[in-house]
Amino acid sequence: MAKISLTVNGKAVSAEVEGRTLLVELLREKLGLTGTHIGCDTSQCGACVVHVNGDSVKSCTMLAVQAEGAEITTIEGLAAADGTLHPMQAMFREHHALQCGFCTPGMVMSAIDIVRKHPEGLSEAQIREELEGNLCRCTGYHNIVKAIAAAFPLMHQKQAA
Amino acid sequence: MYDFAYRKPASVADAVKLLATEPEAKAIAGGQTFIPVLKQRLNKPSSVVDLAGLGLSGISVSGNALTIGAMTTHAAVARSAEVKKAIPGLAMLASWIGDNQVRHRGTIGGSLANNDPSACYPAAVLALGAVVKTNKRAIKADDFFQGMFTTALEADEIITAVEFPLPVETSAYEKFRQPASRYAMVGVFVAKGPAGVRVAVTGAGQNGVFRVPEMEAALAKSWSPDAIAAIKVSPEGLNSDIHGSAVYRAHLITVVARRAVAAAA
Repeated sequence: MAKISLTVNGKAVSAEVEGRTLLVELLREKLGLTGTHIGCDTSQCGACVVHVNGDSVKSCTMLAVQAEGAEITTIEGLAAADGTLHPMQAMFREHHALQCGFCTPGMVMSAIDIVRKHPEGLSEAQIREELEGNLCRCTGYHNIVKAIAAAFPLMHQKQAA
Repeated sequence: MYDFAYRKPASVADAVKLLATEPEAKAIAGGQTFIPVLKQRLNKPSSVVDLAGLGLSGISVSGNALTIGAMTTHAAVARSAEVKKAIPGLAMLASWIGDNQVRHRGTIGGSLANNDPSACYPAAVLALGAVVKTNKRAIKADDFFQGMFTTALEADEIITAVEFPLPVETSAYEKFRQPASRYAMVGVFVAKGPAGVRVAVTGAGQNGVFRVPEMEAALAKSWSPDAIAAIKVSPEGLNSDIHGSAVYRAHLITVVARRAVAAAA
């Protein structure tokens, strides 16, 4: 067992973990942040995507010990303290970008990273391409793409290119 | 996953010492292949030695070489203005590995040390005549890749950087993806640079990446897709699996190589 310290959703946390403990297990089982889902557990589906130092990462394919000193953001860390949704969450609701909702936390986390990394603008084709690492088995991509396009100007405070 | 002791050395020397003294110790770079391997219990290391604390990431251009640190992520290579300018085909290749999340963690050194027969980076390293630098020596690409999941690396040897000779006149990578896994069924990197005209193929060979001398000779005479259109690659030694036969892959090599030359023209 090793003791690790990191920042999760702006709060300093520390935990005892085994070498083999995955980041997603730390988040869900030790920290109670069950918004991050485990879907395929084989780094394909993207239900477990969180941000590590600002980059989207599959938390089922990173060891908890590798997150020592890192800043992690999960789906629970997006909304403001008063409950105001992050623009991406608001647009997912607005455009009904989900059916069962299982993939949604990972979709939202990936979507925010995509929009942040492309301030120059995103075409619909690019959004679909960039979402390669997230699977939705309700075939809900159409509204997810719409929600991301709608969140773009809200996040960048300008019209989408 | 079986449990293991996690170690994070702060110097290359310390990392090498751990790997040398513990026969069952394994190094982890980005972990995008290694962690899935551990989950499947295909490997049972006593210790996992994390290379993230060795200061091995970064991209630099000196007069006649582009140097990429072993722990540089695919995402960093893909978005690097220096790489895009010096070797556009290399940036293109990096931007197509896995998905965004894999590219944020996976590294060039990890990909090369693993030498998966479907990995993209070996094609670029071989086609560009790059040099793999380790804590012990500099290994030419032609000597580095030694078959499926096999390289010239010794047990206590760590890749520190990869050096790509410049100037590269033209380069491109093209891959035909397996539709579900998106891995390269066939990937071809074509380049004209200090190592001459080279064509390297990944995804197709049973022994991993290989060059196609007939195509190289034809392209050296005339750099155009038509120059290689009639060249047939033998299916001998190519992979046959549920996704495609060796004959199919042999056909794809010429198709994909032509597309790569067209993209690099």
